[in-house]
Amino acid sequence: MEFAELIKTPRVDGVVLRRPFLPTVEGTLCLTGHHLILSSRQDNTEELWLLHANIDAIEKRFVGSLGTIIVKCKDLRVIQLDIPGMEECLNIASSIEVLSTLDSVSLMYPLFYRPMFQVIEDGWKSFLPEDAFKDLESMTEEWRLSDVNKDYSVCSSYPPLVAVPKDVDDDTLRKAAAFRHGGRFPVLSYYHKKNGMVMMRSGQPLTGTNGRRCKEDEKLINATLRAGKRGYIIDTRTVSVAQQAKARGGGFESEANYPQWRRIHKAIERSSILQESLIKLVEACNDQSHSMDRWLSKLEASNWQTHVKEILTTACLAAQCIDREGASVLVHGTEGTDSTLQVTSLAQIILDPACRTIQGFQALVEREWLQAGHPFQQRCSQSAYSNSKPRCEAPVFLLFLDCVWQILRQFPCSFQFSQHFLVLLFEHTYASQFGTFMGNSASERSKLNLSQKTVSLWSWVNRPQEVERLSNPLYEANCLVIWPSVAPQSLLLWEGVFLRWKRSSRCLDEAYDEMVHIIQYNKELQNKVNNLRRQLAQLETEEPLLQTP
Amino acid sequence: MVGTLYLSATHTIFVENNPETRRETWVLHSMVASVERPPTTPSGSHLVVHTKNFQVVQLLIPQERDAMDVQASLARLSQKYSELYCLSINPNANKEEREESWSFLDLQADYRRMGVPNNLWVSTPANSEYRVCDTYPSELFVPKSATPPVIVGSSKFRSRGRLPVLTYFHQDTLAAICRCSQPLSGFSARSQEDEQMLEAIMKSNPGSDYIYVVDTRPKVRGHWCESTIRILLYCVLMMIISLQLNAMANRAAGKGYENEDHYANIKLQFIGIENIHVMRNSQQKIIDVGELKTPSMGDFLWGLESSGWLKHIKAVLDAGVFIAKAVAEEGISVVVHCSDGWDRTAQACSVASVLLEPYYRTMKGLMLLIERDWVSFGHKFSHRYNHLEGDPKEVSPVIDQFLECVWQLSEQFPCAFEFNERFLVQLHRHVYSCQYGNFLGNSQKERRDMGLRERTHSLWPQLWKDRAQYANPLYRADHTQTQGMLRPNTTPYCFKMWKGMYNRVEKSSPPRQTPTDLLTAVREETQQLEEELTNHQEVAPGGTAQPGTKQGIQTRSRSAPNERCSLRPIYNFINVLLSLLITIN
Repeated sequence: MEFAELIKTPRVDGVVLRRPFLPTVEGTLCLTGHHLILSSRQDNTEELWLLHANIDAIEKRFVGSLGTIIVKCKDLRVIQLDIPGMEECLNIASSIEVLSTLDSVSLMYPLFYRPMFQVIEDGWKSFLPEDAFKDLESMTEEWRLSDVNKDYSVCSSYPPLVAVPKDVDDDTLRKAAAFRHGGRFPVLSYYHKKNGMVMMRSGQPLTGTNGRRCKEDEKLINATLRAGKRGYIIDTRTVSVAQQAKARGGGFESEANYPQWRRIHKAIERSSILQESLIKLVEACNDQSHSMDRWLSKLEASNWQTHVKEILTTACLAAQCIDREGASVLVHGTEGTDSTLQVTSLAQIILDPACRTIQGFQALVEREWLQAGHPFQQRCSQSAYSNSKPRCEAPVFLLFLDCVWQILRQFPCSFQFSQHFLVLLFEHTYASQFGTFMGNSASERSKLNLSQKTVSLWSWVNRPQEVERLSNPLYEANCLVIWPSVAPQSLLLWEGVFLRWKRSSRCLDEAYDEMVHIIQYNKELQNKVNNLRRQLAQLETEEPLLQTP
Repeated sequence: MVGTLYLSATHTIFVENNPETRRETWVLHSMVASVERPPTTPSGSHLVVHTKNFQVVQLLIPQERDAMDVQASLARLSQKYSELYCLSINPNANKEEREESWSFLDLQADYRRMGVPNNLWVSTPANSEYRVCDTYPSELFVPKSATPPVIVGSSKFRSRGRLPVLTYFHQDTLAAICRCSQPLSGFSARSQEDEQMLEAIMKSNPGSDYIYVVDTRPKVRGHWCESTIRILLYCVLMMIISLQLNAMANRAAGKGYENEDHYANIKLQFIGIENIHVMRNSQQKIIDVGELKTPSMGDFLWGLESSGWLKHIKAVLDAGVFIAKAVAEEGISVVVHCSDGWDRTAQACSVASVLLEPYYRTMKGLMLLIERDWVSFGHKFSHRYNHLEGDPKEVSPVIDQFLECVWQLSEQFPCAFEFNERFLVQLHRHVYSCQYGNFLGNSQKERRDMGLRERTHSLWPQLWKDRAQYANPLYRADHTQTQGMLRPNTTPYCFKMWKGMYNRVEKSSPPRQTPTDLLTAVREETQQLEEELTNHQEVAPGGTAQPGTKQGIQTRSRSAPNERCSLRPIYNFINVLLSLLITIN
């Protein structure tokens, strides 16, 4: 196997492993093509199995002939390996460096992984667009499923099937696609059952400096408006950023050409700024020597919480336009693959109770992120520790998860899942044995034939034991729209991710267990009491019979 | 909201006109911190009422003259002892109940629970009739070997006579927490009796050969060479005092900390809690942060940082952690003082007690702790919480910070406390409200002289009666978090702004889901189920059902404890001063 060339020293004995909250382990370190393994070969100590893909950066240090490798993971954990022997240490370090930065998709672990669990339901088939459309069909007849993109020729980042207004033909769609960034013509994102209003998303219109227009594009989005009603276009960029985009061929919908639409600009930052923000935040969290002043000023300087607030505010705005104003909404930024998706998916969590269930949330991620063409592979190839210059990396999806956590924290009873599910998704977007988050679009995934060659994360998640682990004990189905507070006081740092390896969560976990216990005990008693009530009722009806001779 | 404003002898009451809801807003006069009247507008005169628990009520009164009258009345009403709510209730109406209420807590019993007196610590009659120290309780516990001359001599050497006495005794390690005020050591003064006192404290802990002396104030920078600096010091003395440079000024003025050359076997430790003036300003800033209208994230975090509030909370908690660790882990006794030993010392000692002793994390335990470390040891409640118009420089949120430390701890240890956040908020409210006699006056002696036990009721049994609503559903007496000492993480990122205290604005919006309430409801239901289950099981084995047990359980009607109910008669006495149009934001 070609990995063998990259592994100069496959195993070293007497390696000491130090990691957060777990006792130090001494054992044998093994390198395989995809894993770094440390085992003490004793039954009672936990082994370390670390995917190379999870390693973000390493540092080496030497004291005499004792080498130390600090491994910084994409899930923000930092572990330390003390390796006796300078040569071994150097070999291990260089192997890790190469193995953790392999670019070739064909060498990625999901293609080699064979599940050790029984797949009950194939996750690759759990959330097909056809099925999602059936739900829509039951609510309205104004939309159709178009296969204009069946060979990915109209828009390379769209799936083969998209929902569009019934009255708009494929030809119009093709022309509208030519007018939108990346061919991302406006498509249906969400249908609000309560009042029939919709949310659409797209790329920016290519108006350029001379104000190009496209009748087909106008026709397409106007087709979603009711007679005499106005709609809202939410541009996730500020006015000035949108203006500047004109110089590069982009732009925004002008009032003159889109008189039925009101345009609102918000200020969600571009991806490179988000990455910088993540790096600063993680750095602030990792330095435990800060004084209170320094910690707060570094937290502020990272701007992370500002992004959370801005994204949530924009999502609330979109949801408000739909639910309160009774208007349809089109959301876009520049490409329509990042901030646009944050807004459309969060708005759905606010509006649609189905998205707050375990299955519904998976469907949302599948629909609004995977199918919608968020470039996961590009965005998540590096995390907060990487020394190499970021190219397209950005914690766009992590910010979305953070926002979901904020809503979950404010409405602890309205979600079927707990924060464990969000943390799990965060981990798997950065390094995974499953094929779900590989590739950058539906077309890339289909070219790689991932649905045949890899296991889906959803296959793992939807097993009963995992569903139970991810469930929120406080959940009580809530069919209402939930409006989160976006005041800074209401938004907290997501400890479950950013302080996860810094402060022990033992006491909080205990509280969680206690909560589960209280609720379970209550349910048990309910069952018992109901049983007894039934028995009692039975006895009472039987009694007269017994007394008759 | 449009409605009618009533001023009664004790409350400002606003009743909404809407006949369906008739929502009422009651503000106790003694809770009014300030009443502002911004310039009159065409629609009428505004009154902005700030309460002492950080709520803001805005009124719009059509007639300017009426607004001025209301403002003047409120200013008078909120500042008279004789009109304080607790004193205006006729105490003779239920004399027995009142007397019983004052015997609800027994401090001596709590000392006995700690194992005091014993062969190391004894009760001394030295302070009966408050002869040695008029701000201390009459009953004090001192080392067995401390003779009366030592006690008296030591008290003479300590600021305001507040000599070192026992406040907490740790039965497992035999280490103790003692408290006192700063020594009047000046530059070279010393007192043999005081040195003997500390020696005696050390000897009361047989297992150790030194004690910690914790000075909770910030340490003066650098090392002194007294002889050379003395002259220089006197020149800048006045300036330093005016700048209130704490220990430095204190030392120059003849007060300070123990000289390690004179006291054998002590280790001095400075903690660095700032003085009451710094805290007062800091709290004002964090209140402002809570009241910001639509701040950006940057505004908020910057405000939080520049208020310095969380930094101060951390300092208080760190002081408690140091003391608790010394006592429980090292088994070393600690003597704690600041300047007068009634503010920072009370904070540090009581936080340490909460960390050390599971009992103080229960409702009754926390009441006892406040009764001991704050009420009995002469924390100046009336001055600090401005019960009556006094010196504004004396006002400071000292106990606010203690309550917040407990809250921060409860966030880190959700199963460790018997009470929930509401209990702390309620305690905070009553420190300021003067609705009960507990926190009136500045010392035990003052309260005795005022005859408060005869004239007022005690808060504690009232809180105890309502304990169901203050219970933490996650608390279990046998839970691991409930046992032993708490070891909190005091890294800055573990501290949060206490929204329940400083962001009441959000509280007025529709109630959000809180796990506490949900779990409490579930537990109540569980209890009912348990009752029903036992009912059924009693019946089931026999096989015949008794008619009475069929229904299982009846819905228990818990009469909601409503303190306003008892105020209804007051309606009769209300002078309807004004009938006005009002808006409340």
